Amino acid sequence: MHPAPSIIAFSTFSGLGLGLLFWLGIDPDPPTGWVAFTFFVIAYVLAVGGLVSSTFHLGRPERAIKAFTQWRSSWLSREAWASVAALVVMALYGLGLVFFDANWTILGWLGAALAMLTVLTTSMIYTQMKTVPRWNMWLTPVLFIALSLAGGALLSGRVTIAIWLLALAGAVQLGWWVVGDTRLVQSGTTMETATGLGPMGTVRSFEPPHTGTNYLLDEMVHVVGRRHAQKLRLIAFGLMIVLPILLLLLPFPHIFGILALLSHAAGVLASRWLFFAEAEHVVGLYYGMR
Amino acid sequence: MTQLPESTERKLGLVIDLDTCVGCHACVIACKGWNTEHYGAPLSDQDPYGAEPSGTFLNRIHSYEVQPETGPAQLVHFPKSCLHCEDAPCVTVCPTGASYKRTEDGIVLVNETDCIGCGLCAWACPYGAREMDRAEGVMKKCTLCVDRIYNENLPEIDRTPACVRTCPAGARHFGDLGDPRSDVSRLVAERGGMDLMPEQGTKPVNKYLPPRPKDRLDQETDILAPLLAPVAEDAKGFLGWLDRTLERLPGPANRPSEPRRDKRGER
Ligand code: SF4
Ligand code: SF4
Ligand code: SF4
Repeated sequence: MHPAPSIIAFSTFSGLGLGLLFWLGIDPDPPTGWVAFTFFVIAYVLAVGGLVSSTFHLGRPERAIKAFTQWRSSWLSREAWASVAALVVMALYGLGLVFFDANWTILGWLGAALAMLTVLTTSMIYTQMKTVPRWNMWLTPVLFIALSLAGGALLSGRVTIAIWLLALAGAVQLGWWVVGDTRLVQSGTTMETATGLGPMGTVRSFEPPHTGTNYLLDEMVHVVGRRHAQKLRLIAFGLMIVLPILLLLLPFPHIFGILALLSHAAGVLASRWLFFAEAEHVVGLYYGMR
Repeated sequence: MTQLPESTERKLGLVIDLDTCVGCHACVIACKGWNTEHYGAPLSDQDPYGAEPSGTFLNRIHSYEVQPETGPAQLVHFPKSCLHCEDAPCVTVCPTGASYKRTEDGIVLVNETDCIGCGLCAWACPYGAREMDRAEGVMKKCTLCVDRIYNENLPEIDRTPACVRTCPAGARHFGDLGDPRSDVSRLVAERGGMDLMPEQGTKPVNKYLPPRPKDRLDQETDILAPLLAPVAEDAKGFLGWLDRTLERLPGPANRPSEPRRDKRGER
């Protein structure tokens, strides 16, 4: 799949922002006043910035409001609702903390649940795609949520929790790569089933339908960059998991925390790039590619 | 509404005969011609006369080489347009309700004024039947020529999809695949019509008829040769005399199989 920068940035930053909102929401002893204000501004810049950047890849962004209508069937529509609900509820909760020194606990818990629901809906947009076997497995939502929780813990300065969650997210990420590599074969979709010509013999693409490129190839058959996938996986894993954990284990974790956070965010961006670039859409089989 | 109907009254669709398709792309052009002028926005091209032309098409023809265990390989031309699936994943992912499947005849359509161009439906389709129009920013797909098949302003013979009407080989058939007595359903039953990617669970309405086995391929390869042989090997009369005289002159005879050399080549 084509790794569109706007979608990569969206899912990375909104995941971080929503993770931070989750930890703010369930905090039994949340910050108040200016400290709370700073935390909420960071969370909203990340979450809202991410959501806004996701509209950049729309062909008709001016009609985006219509995406709220089909929540009964569409995960994208559910994501729209969940994100707005999470942001509104957490804004009320933040209002209490910042201006009235009041901890409306129930609102916080509700907002935290909605924040994670939003991450879940985002991940389900990809998970539901049977056409992209690498995404089409239950590990995908687990990966998105684990990374969001770990990143949020890191952002909110919870050192011990962050270390454990980073380790957990790292394990899920490794599992996702290992299992993901087998998914296309497991799906059973091949050039033979795609063309129905399997019973006759081995199928080879002789001539594509067009001499140039087209939307399908640009959007769904992205093969550039897969060559360096293994190296990039190492880099992503190092930046996202290993380096932040090491930095947090050093003394003065709050000073090195900033570095850990930057490294983690860069690592998640790299991992998300691979999430798209490595994903094979079955339509590629019609072109003899994957 | 992007929830799928429980069932549809009819299942209109195409039956595509891989045995007869000659890969001429006439249906591609007929489809583009009709649909760029009718339903929805025109089908745009990008850089059509430049170095990197691309464009929106609703129907495309692949060609495959199939190598059996023994015997010569076979070339199969493979038209592909929307299969108007019963369990269309492209419809349920749509957040706006722009994509829908009609209850009355099962045609899958995009209401372009509702489409936000998110592209999710194209991701969800395993067949590559949806293409985003890069000028209009909305999703385009085969409409089964909904504006022809019910169009009372057209002569009756033209009330079929443009691709079916134009196909010189008769490789595309249109009809109700929900009715077991229809011509298309009988064709599917007789010829063992098949689904593409059945494991994807989309339950396509369109069916493909497999190529017939080529059991006389070795006898058929020179099927045209007798027609291409020279009509008269031995010229008689004046031409015969000329032929024999020229043959006797020194110098190489100009055999047709030898490549002709131009003046520069001789120098
Ligand atoms: S072929 Fe693709 S676009 Fe057409 S109905 Fe099936 S899934 Fe949808
Ligand atoms: S591109 Fe248009 S038709 Fe397709 S899912 Fe998005 S809004 Fe619906
Ligand atoms: S039915 Fe109409 S829109 Fe569909 S492929 Fe044929 S000509 Fe194109």
